[in-house]
Amino acid sequence: MTSASPALDIDLPNGTTARLMVGLEVHVELATKTKNFTSTPNVANRGYFDAEPNTLCDPVVLGLPGVLPVINREAVEMSIRVGLALGCEIARHTKWDRKSYYYPDLPKNYQISQYDEPICGEGTLEVPITDDPTGPTKRVRIMRAHLEEDAGKLLHEAPGGYAIDYSIIDLNRAGTPLLEIVTHPDMGSPEEVVAFCKTLRDICRHLGVTEGILQRGQMRFEPNINVVIHRDGQTYKTPIVEVKNLNSFKAVYGSVKHEFTRQVEEWLQTGRVMGQRAKSTRGWDDAKGVTTHQRHKEDADEYRYFPDPDLVPLNVSEAWLSEMQADMPELPAVKRRRYLGEFGLDAKACDTLLDEPGLTRFYEAVLAQGADARKAAAFLLNTGSKRANDQGVPLHELGITPTQVKGILDLLASDKVGSSAAEQLFGLCCDNPEVSPEALANKHNLLQVSDTGALEAFVDRVLADPKNARAIDDLKQGKDKAIGALIGQIMKLSKGQANAKIVTELVKKKTAAG
Amino acid sequence: MSEQPPNEPITAEQVKHVAKLARLALSPDQVEHHARKLANVLGYAEKIGQLNVEGVEPMAHAMDLSNVMREDKVNEGLSVDKVLANAPDKEPPFFKVVKVLGEGAGA
Repeated sequence: MTSASPALDIDLPNGTTARLMVGLEVHVELATKTKNFTSTPNVANRGYFDAEPNTLCDPVVLGLPGVLPVINREAVEMSIRVGLALGCEIARHTKWDRKSYYYPDLPKNYQISQYDEPICGEGTLEVPITDDPTGPTKRVRIMRAHLEEDAGKLLHEAPGGYAIDYSIIDLNRAGTPLLEIVTHPDMGSPEEVVAFCKTLRDICRHLGVTEGILQRGQMRFEPNINVVIHRDGQTYKTPIVEVKNLNSFKAVYGSVKHEFTRQVEEWLQTGRVMGQRAKSTRGWDDAKGVTTHQRHKEDADEYRYFPDPDLVPLNVSEAWLSEMQADMPELPAVKRRRYLGEFGLDAKACDTLLDEPGLTRFYEAVLAQGADARKAAAFLLNTGSKRANDQGVPLHELGITPTQVKGILDLLASDKVGSSAAEQLFGLCCDNPEVSPEALANKHNLLQVSDTGALEAFVDRVLADPKNARAIDDLKQGKDKAIGALIGQIMKLSKGQANAKIVTELVKKKTAAG
Repeated sequence: MSEQPPNEPITAEQVKHVAKLARLALSPDQVEHHARKLANVLGYAEKIGQLNVEGVEPMAHAMDLSNVMREDKVNEGLSVDKVLANAPDKEPPFFKVVKVLGEGAGA
C-alpha cells in the first residue's frame, strides 16, 4: 500500500501513508484611493500604480513625531465585504494593535495590525475543484481576516539592476491597507491550494476591493504546510513549514508540492516530528523549483502587541452591517452558474466574461438594457474582442457604451444592418460614444435595404443582364454555386446595402419561376 | 516612588534582551543601572493592580470614543525633497540604509 496522493514524488514503504495538510495566509492589498491611516494616495490603486519612488508619503507614513493615524472608512468596508463573501462572522467590536517591527521599510517601528479582535472571524469558502459549476467543492474554513498596513519596499539593487553594497527604500507602499486572510489547514493537495487562491482572487476582484495583480504583489500567498504520516497504527506529524511571500499560482503549486515530498523524505531520514518550536519559514526558488531554508530572523516573533493608543475602537452596528449586506454584489460562483445555466453560454464565453470584472459589469449593463444574453455575449466576444485585441485596450474601455451595444444588437435583430456593417458600426460607436448606432449607420450608409420592392429592382436588373444568361441557366439546372456571382453583382449595385438574405431568396424564387 | 511594594528583581539578561529588541547598545554599567530602574518602573505600574475593577468592562482605549474614521479622499503627499529631508542617509529618490538581508517580518 502506498500513498494515495498523486502529488507525492517518492514511493512510501509498505504500510505507510502520508496526508498533506495546508493552511494559507493571504495578504490582499486593498485598492482604496488613500492609505489605511492617512490620506496620501495608495500605490495599490490603479491611478497610482507607477508613482515615482517616495512620492506617496506624508508625515504619518514617515512616522514623524506628533502625527496621528485615522482609519480609512472605505478600507474597513472593503474588509467587511470580503468577510461577508467568505461567510465570516463580522466583529461588532474591533480595534487596532501595534506590532513591534524594527525594520527600515516601516519607519515608525511598528505595524498597525489587529491582534485579538480581528474585524472578520470564522467563515467558510466552498472552492470549486472541477470546471462543472454544479460539481463537487472543497470546503475550506476561514479562521479570521484582519485589517493591517503594508510595509514599504526594501531594494537590494539599484534601479536597472546594478549591484549596490547597501539597501535603498521606497516608502510608497508603506501604509497601504492590507487584509490578511487566514485559513484552517483544510487543503490536501497542491491543486486544492491553487483552486482556493484563484477562487479568493476572483471574489476579491469582483467585490472591487483589489486589482489583484499578482506580479505587483497585490495578493501574496503564504502556505503553511505539514504532513500527517500513518505507519503501523502510529500517527506522526511533520513540523510545519511556512513558505513566505509567493506571488504566482505557479509558485504556490510548486512550493506545496515540493514541501510535501521534502517533508516526507526528511521524516523518513530523521523521524523528526512537530515539536515545541511553532514553525520554520522557507523561501521559494522559482528557477530551481525548490523551497529553500531562510535564516530565522532573530526575535522575529517577539511582536509585543498592545492596543494602539492613537486609534479608537470601532463598533460595527447592525444598521451599518445590513447596509453593506444589501450592497453586496453577486459573487462570481453564482454568476457562473447563472451564465452557464440560465443563459446557456458555453464555458469559454463564461470564463472570458467573468475573468475581468470590468467586462462582467459591461456585459451585465448591456443585458440590463434588455439584450439577449447569448447574442450579446457572442457579439461582444467576437466583434468586441477583435477590436480590443487590435487596439490593445480592454473591451469595456474601448469607448462604446452598453446602450450602443444594445442598439447595434437591435439593428442586427431587425435586419437593418448586416454582420459586417455591425462590425463597422461597433468601431464607429467606440469613436462616437454620444451618437446612437442608428444615426451612425444612417450617416455612414450602413443600413441595409430590406424593402422587397427596392431589392426587386436590383435583382431584376441583374437577372436581365444578358451576360448573366449562362449563370441563370446553370442555376435552373440545379448548379446552386452559380448564385454567388449573381448575388455579388446585386450587392455591388446596392453599394453593399442590400439584405443578402432577402436578395438570395428573391433570386431563388425568380429563377425557379422563370 | 519610594513606597512601592517589593518587586521581582530584573536580571541583567532580561535588560540585555529588551535592549536588543529596542536596538539599543548598553554598556555593562548601563545594564546594571537599567535593571534597577526597570524594576522600579514595573513596581510603580503594578500599583494599578490595587484598583477594584470588578464589573468594569475591559477597555481598549482610555477615551470613551469610537468609530473615528475618515473618508477615502486624497491629499497629495510631500515632495521627495521633503520626504528625504530628515533621512540620515539618502540616494534620491530613495532612502539609503545599511545592507539588510531578507524580507520584512511584519507585512
